[in-house]
Amino acid sequence: MSKHTLVATVEEGPVVLNRVLSLFRQRSFAIESLSIGRTNEVGIMRLTMVVDGARSAVEQVTKQLYKVIEVRKVSDLTEDARLERELALIKVSCKAAPQRAEVMQIADIYRARIVDVASTSLMVEVTGPTVKVDSLIELFRPYGVKELVRTGVVAMSRGQAAPRSEKNDRLKLVS
Amino acid sequence: MRLNGARAICQSLVEEGVSTIFGLPGGAIMPLYDVLPEFQQLRHILVRHEQCAGHMADGYARAAAATRKPQDERTVGVCFGTSGPGATNLVTGICNAHMDSVPLVAITANVPNSMIGTDAFQEADITGITIPITKQNYFVRDGRDLARVIKEAFHLARTGRPGPVHVDVPKDVLLNEIEWHGYPTGVDLPGYQPTLEPNMRQVKEAARLIERAQRPVIIAGQGVLLSGAWDELLSFAEKARIPVMTTLLGISGFPETHPLSLGFLGMHGWVHSNYAVHNADLVVSIGMRMDDRACGKFAGFAPQAKIVHIDIDPAEIGKNVRVDVPIVGDVARVLTKLEPELNPAAMQNHQAWLDQIGAWREQYPPKHYPETTPELYQPQVIQALYRATRGDAVIVADVGQHQMFAAQHYLYTQPCTYITSGGLGTMGYSLPAAIGAQMARPDKQVWCVVGDGCFQMTLQELAVLAVHRVPVKVALLNNEYLGMVRQQQQVQYKGNLVEVDLAGAPDYIKLAQAYGIPAWRVTEASQLDGAIGAAMAYPGPAIIEFRVARTEDVYPWVLGGTSLGDVLPDTPYDGPTTRERVLAGAGPSAKDASDR
Repeated sequence: MSKHTLVATVEEGPVVLNRVLSLFRQRSFAIESLSIGRTNEVGIMRLTMVVDGARSAVEQVTKQLYKVIEVRKVSDLTEDARLERELALIKVSCKAAPQRAEVMQIADIYRARIVDVASTSLMVEVTGPTVKVDSLIELFRPYGVKELVRTGVVAMSRGQAAPRSEKNDRLKLVS
Repeated sequence: MRLNGARAICQSLVEEGVSTIFGLPGGAIMPLYDVLPEFQQLRHILVRHEQCAGHMADGYARAAAATRKPQDERTVGVCFGTSGPGATNLVTGICNAHMDSVPLVAITANVPNSMIGTDAFQEADITGITIPITKQNYFVRDGRDLARVIKEAFHLARTGRPGPVHVDVPKDVLLNEIEWHGYPTGVDLPGYQPTLEPNMRQVKEAARLIERAQRPVIIAGQGVLLSGAWDELLSFAEKARIPVMTTLLGISGFPETHPLSLGFLGMHGWVHSNYAVHNADLVVSIGMRMDDRACGKFAGFAPQAKIVHIDIDPAEIGKNVRVDVPIVGDVARVLTKLEPELNPAAMQNHQAWLDQIGAWREQYPPKHYPETTPELYQPQVIQALYRATRGDAVIVADVGQHQMFAAQHYLYTQPCTYITSGGLGTMGYSLPAAIGAQMARPDKQVWCVVGDGCFQMTLQELAVLAVHRVPVKVALLNNEYLGMVRQQQQVQYKGNLVEVDLAGAPDYIKLAQAYGIPAWRVTEASQLDGAIGAAMAYPGPAIIEFRVARTEDVYPWVLGGTSLGDVLPDTPYDGPTTRERVLAGAGPSAKDASDR
């Protein structure tokens, strides 16, 4: 078992997410995070999924994803040079001034931003790879994390090329 | 020109060359039925349960595949159902077609757009339900999309790896008029580009493996039939002198009377076929999906062999079994490319291997029955059918013991003449599928081979048989048991027979009479030829009830969780029964029979 970052470009529509999730559900795949949004191409959405599974199982689900008619392209970026980012909003409890200063200092080290201030809490916005977000949250725990939301990972390969493994290139998956 | 949605659908079906539709009307789909009589080209067969509309369309498409056509002209089975229960009843039929890659278009109606999502009367989220059991589905909320959707539905159903496509249309979309701009001539599906032509590098690599192989076998699956590649397969096998066995669904893709034919393999396939795979040094799998019933325990499949796997669906390659040379493409095109790559001078001589398989074949022949037996046995019935039809009939088998006996004891020589529910194993499939098959092949005699358990699941379709005088002959093998389950309980559950006894069933002769269908009852072997001859001579539908031995078991048998090399051979006619083998400790035990 290992973590895989899958990126799929799909046609926009009400059913496509349902179809994709149906494939994962049928195979009892735990999806750790999933994010979907528009791209530079009109009518095309990009789906980033982090899943935990054996390599062969991930390969199989990738091939099944290709069979979804609205899926244009699927790439496993796990072994590519890539950037992964997620955004989190963290509401941290800080009842007294010294705590507030500490929280702000920690946020600063992580290049996180204070986006909302209330009398007993601060809202921190942080962007970065999952490990960075994880570690910031851990540092805030002693103060009390009152509310937390994460967008899930979005990922992109470095360099000029679009994600590899085009449909015509599917045989790579089995050879 | 303006048309309402219902007429737009019918016009689209006409454009697709549809001639026969199976279905049953209800509230939401009534606008479609209202206009159906205007389209003389569309013959509608009124079923008695929508599940059977799916199976009839399925049998129709499979039987029609005997005429080889380009993939974008393949015959597609078409069925209709109304919203809610009409649509949910279709689910088994759709799923059956999905598992067996049958080109099918199912059209259902839904409640009007304004009522969608309100839990209206007979509303079901049917497209939500059919997502995992269709190749694609559509919920058409705007009539302007209808022609494009139907065009795409037929294209998807019949091309690439065929499969069912479901189109759901709200009632108001059927009623409202739209501007008809003519039927689309093409489809725009950038996310759907099936690979038909193989990669030549891999074809050459496969050719080298074939040349070097000393103990090669070919396993031919349903892909051969779907692709219409029976001639290519025959030519390839003869040139390479490689013996050919089929999967259950691949039966009839290679003539079983041919010297290179090994019959079928798998759980109840022949011992010599299973041994051949187990001892082969090369397996060429053609258009099959390495199903567990065909391959046995995956880890123990063909342990000494290199594996060449040819399939149109890349997701099937490497799914269950490791593969050495994958070839993605249409079977006919792959074989056309592969055959000329073989260098006859480089080929090994396979005679010793063929002799070895021949020896296994002699050692483990089909069970032989004496002229007179105290009870009638199912293989005797199938053998008599083979004699009477001279191997020329289309056999539509249901699911269970009789399905396996029909696969074993009839020699299939023409494509698409053994039709059965292989993947889903749907009891009740055969009667409706036989009706569909007969409508697609009026030139052929169609026999429905069915057990009493299966028959009682869909026998309401006898009405269709009777009303349309569809000349299907029904061979009902009645052992008053759910025979296959009983057999497994006997062996794998220590003889604890629970809820498998079907005794006290209806009098099937009287039942047939109630439908106005002539029927015969056969209780001993001496009556076989007479009754079968009489049924065949009768111009319309006919039923023969064969009262067969209650506790006969199907062998050979590869127990679940064991490999093909562990196949348990049959015993001679006067040899010990399964029960006696189990008691003696010599046969299969519950311990190693962890059913999967």
